[in-house]
Amino acid sequence: MSVLQIPVTAADHIQGDPHAHVTLVEYGDYECPACGPAYPIVKAVQKHFGKRLRFVFRNFPLTQIHPQAESAAETAEFAGAHERFWEMHDGLYENQGTLGLPLYLSLAEALHLPEKALSEALEKHTFKPRVRSDFMGGLKSGVNGTPTFFINGRRHDAAYDFDDLVAAIDAELAQAETPD
Amino acid sequence: MTSASAQPPPAQGQEKATQLLQTGTKAPDFSLHVTPDQCLSLSDLTGKPVVLAFYPADWSPVCGDQMSLYNEALPEFEKYGAQVLGISVDGVWCHDAFAKHNHIHFPLLADFEPKGAVARQYGAYREGDGFCERALFVIDRKGVISWSYLSPVAVNPGADGILHALEQLPN
Repeated sequence: MSVLQIPVTAADHIQGDPHAHVTLVEYGDYECPACGPAYPIVKAVQKHFGKRLRFVFRNFPLTQIHPQAESAAETAEFAGAHERFWEMHDGLYENQGTLGLPLYLSLAEALHLPEKALSEALEKHTFKPRVRSDFMGGLKSGVNGTPTFFINGRRHDAAYDFDDLVAAIDAELAQAETPD
Repeated sequence: MTSASAQPPPAQGQEKATQLLQTGTKAPDFSLHVTPDQCLSLSDLTGKPVVLAFYPADWSPVCGDQMSLYNEALPEFEKYGAQVLGISVDGVWCHDAFAKHNHIHFPLLADFEPKGAVARQYGAYREGDGFCERALFVIDRKGVISWSYLSPVAVNPGADGILHALEQLPN
């Protein structure tokens, strides 16, 4: 079974309680047609578990088949550098059908982020090393497509609809919360 | 991957009857069409590590299928000077369309006539199904198999095993 090789650190984009018993890591691509439907599922799973679950998103853009995936990932990282990662992440998935510079600029405007700085960062690929570093870590961890989930460091090879993710996380919680 | 998904996935690929050629075995040479008018031989690549990835069929519906993943990982494989080769029983024109559609930047070999002959030599052919296993080989600079892995046919094995095997190769 493939195991997450890159531990979750403060450098990651993290939602939820840092002391949660279960960490769900997603390697995702903003243009991937399977990641789009996974986005509301993850939201529902987060809501279901509340403080008992920590969620981490890492980039895994498949740039050859998804021409907007890299620029979308870099846009989210730009927003992350301005402490608005999750708002941009959500905005990108909620507008997956219209990815491209006009959308990025309009999302940036709505988030009060400097649009000119975003354009420059995209032109210079300022955040490409960060995206590539996520991608490399994913490759080494056995990410084999998008989305790939890891639950407490182990690759989740089963389906990722709501019931499957909840069942897998429940199993981890049962283990973590059982007194020795 | 339509054709394989119709089959009941095996519980564990390694437990199946198929016996892949193992580590330490000289990789059998072959010459297969890579385009309608060009062939590629394994022996042409002596001196560089080769990643030989047998896969069941082109046109997998899975997002980020195995060949697309390796395509993205090419810069990492290239750090080891490795040449990646995909190989399936699909014909050259099918490979050509698939490669163009997915912007695949490495050779896809057609193990088409006699069908699956090279896959059989490597122990990577699914008799009865009529297509290749999802089987990986890393071949060292001298043409010897340094690592092999048989994945359950429905599971994309990813690139972690390949990268680890390339790391282990002597320079």
